Amino acid sequence: MTTTTASATTSAGRRGAGPLRTRSRRAHSVERPRRSMVLTVATGIVLIYSLVPLVWLVINSSKTQASLFGSFGLWFSGDFALWDNIVQTLTYDGGIFVRWLANTLLYVVAGAGGATALAIIGGYGLAKFTFPGKRAVFAIVIGAVAVPGTALAVPTFLMFSQMGLTNTPWAVIIPSLISPFGLYLMWTFAAEAIPTELLEAARMDGASEVRTFAQISLPLLAPGIVTVLLFTMVATWNNYFLPLIMLRDPDWYPLTLGLNAWNAQAATAGGEAIFNLVITGSLLTILPLIAAFLLLQRFWQSGLAAGGVKE
Amino acid sequence: MNVNHRRALARGTALAGALALALTACGSSGDNAAAPAPGDAESVLEAGGEITVWAWEPTLEAVVEDFEAEYPNVDVELANVGTGNDQYTALQNAIAAGDGVPDVAQVEYYALPQFAIGESLADIGPLGAAELDGTFTPGPWSAVQQADGIYGLPMDSGPMALFYNEEVFTNLGLEVPTTWDEYLEAARAIHAADPNAYIANDTGDAGFVTSMIWQAGGQPYAVDGTDVTIDFTDEGTAKFAETWQTLLDEDLLAPIGSWSDEWYQGLGNGTIATLTIGAWMPANLESGVEAGAGKWRVAPMPQWEAGANATAENGGSALAVTEASPNKELAYAFVEYANAGDGVQTRVDGGAFPATVAELESEQFVNKEFEYFGGQKVNEVLAESATNVVEGWQYLPFQVYANSVFNDTVGQAYVGETTLQEGLADWQQLTTDYGNDQGFTVEN
Repeated sequence: MTTTTASATTSAGRRGAGPLRTRSRRAHSVERPRRSMVLTVATGIVLIYSLVPLVWLVINSSKTQASLFGSFGLWFSGDFALWDNIVQTLTYDGGIFVRWLANTLLYVVAGAGGATALAIIGGYGLAKFTFPGKRAVFAIVIGAVAVPGTALAVPTFLMFSQMGLTNTPWAVIIPSLISPFGLYLMWTFAAEAIPTELLEAARMDGASEVRTFAQISLPLLAPGIVTVLLFTMVATWNNYFLPLIMLRDPDWYPLTLGLNAWNAQAATAGGEAIFNLVITGSLLTILPLIAAFLLLQRFWQSGLAAGGVKE
Repeated sequence: MNVNHRRALARGTALAGALALALTACGSSGDNAAAPAPGDAESVLEAGGEITVWAWEPTLEAVVEDFEAEYPNVDVELANVGTGNDQYTALQNAIAAGDGVPDVAQVEYYALPQFAIGESLADIGPLGAAELDGTFTPGPWSAVQQADGIYGLPMDSGPMALFYNEEVFTNLGLEVPTTWDEYLEAARAIHAADPNAYIANDTGDAGFVTSMIWQAGGQPYAVDGTDVTIDFTDEGTAKFAETWQTLLDEDLLAPIGSWSDEWYQGLGNGTIATLTIGAWMPANLESGVEAGAGKWRVAPMPQWEAGANATAENGGSALAVTEASPNKELAYAFVEYANAGDGVQTRVDGGAFPATVAELESEQFVNKEFEYFGGQKVNEVLAESATNVVEGWQYLPFQVYANSVFNDTVGQAYVGETTLQEGLADWQQLTTDYGNDQGFTVEN
């Protein structure tokens, strides 16, 4: 109430009090946009739409296999079995879930980490150095962004199998290292975020290129790095198709393949249906991603905004 | 008749081949004394080595442990690459790439001809399988024999039976159907009493339809080398299609896909009252449908003619040795151990339904009382079914493809887009065209 009056007064003061201005009419500005019922409802629907699966996941990971089938999906029922489910998930089949979790972490650290490192170096170089063929590189990178990784999976498989790399962690890590989108993002980000004058100043002071990069440019690139890291992390964490065709040995499965294998057990003659473990496993699988987003969120926002506006 | 004759001939050729190979082996053993003669399983196992096995059958894990304990020089790498189709895709990829092909692969009977004719699987007749005549029940044993050889040893079998929720039938005062006409009547009664309850679920399943046609005496597929006949107009097919179309027209089948969570739910709460399915089902009910404990029973499959006892196979798979395996003798030795040797009992104890005559006839097996089935001696019914499988059924040498387009054709009848009869005609057309494209000579 107070603020409404205050802002009304300010704008009234600026424009001069017009005869039409009444208390019921609100002033709108960039800081105080007009409230729209339609937009609020639409946002609410989107919010519910994106939260319901998560709620469902949390609720149902607290149920036993039997009460999963015998109860309403969107509310708790029976014994609260979340802890039992978690323990069972982590110990089922000799603790294979933990192995899959470790594999996924390996793929993310090596794959997404490597992809980010390559994108930083490549993006920086492309943004801040001129060399012949730069336009060609640009065209290739833009083209590569448009090609979905899934389309390349089968040719990659055939190539890797000739090199004898299929069914090894390398088969997942190496293709994950290539992130055209990450490279493009780092490129535009570096072009905006690092003033060329700053680099020139550093060079004038006698800093080597490596030192200029490490001590001047890297800190300036931090928001962009986090953005690319998040993108590649999510992509690697959720990667399904590539490991599906590359890996045969369940010991090297990431979580995505492992959970699918567990789910398929229910459709196997003599197989044990473990829907409760599939659901609990899915919950455990998304937790690290949620944590990563919460922790890196503010970097990410500034990273997305930067480069959007020319200063 | 004709088919049997052909099979006998094929067996003869396989034996001749085995003899020839044995002779060559004898002849060459002088030059290379270290190489073990084929079939000399003990020395192969003694020498040891490493083999990779791709299988999703859960009971194999215990078999591998026992096997490695008994033959410490052999290292068996067991990998579950996916169930059914997922694994076939992986296998085909590996074969195409020429790298990472396992030594042994689990292959369902319906898919076996496809891999056998593609020369992806090794003829294990000469390795010792030719001597196993009579070890397995006729259905699975004929399923692993293709044209000129033996391409796998049967691991399990799925002679069909009627699994039913006794509670539903008792509550409604219904008799358990013994013919398909009675089944239709029961379907009407169950759905009339409770609109949420159905006699069965069915959203269209190629394996089920072919098994039902098989039981009805239909022989839509005839294969002789690369000459293939596909004909869904015979009497057996017509009988099945007519009854099932009536069930569909009157909405008497639950629109729930098998193996889905809804399916497991329906099996537990009585809204899916029966399953006409292979004999491997008890283990799945026991582990997946806790809520149904004590309620389920097993009866012989309903008949097309009262008093008959015809059944068919539904599902089931073999272990096959791949052509690309560098150590076929060792691979075969494992397959024989798992499917015709000590492994069989281990797997039966784990809940598998065997394909071997000795186990199926053993007192211990037949007289086992199942607590889940209210103490019923379930295996009595199932083993009986195994002996009544209609002879002469063949799958296409491209059945994996055929099943993959089932939903586009016959499957449409289940959503009311067409009728089963028309759907089957479309399926016939589509598979005929595909077969001709692949270099087979397909007639209708």
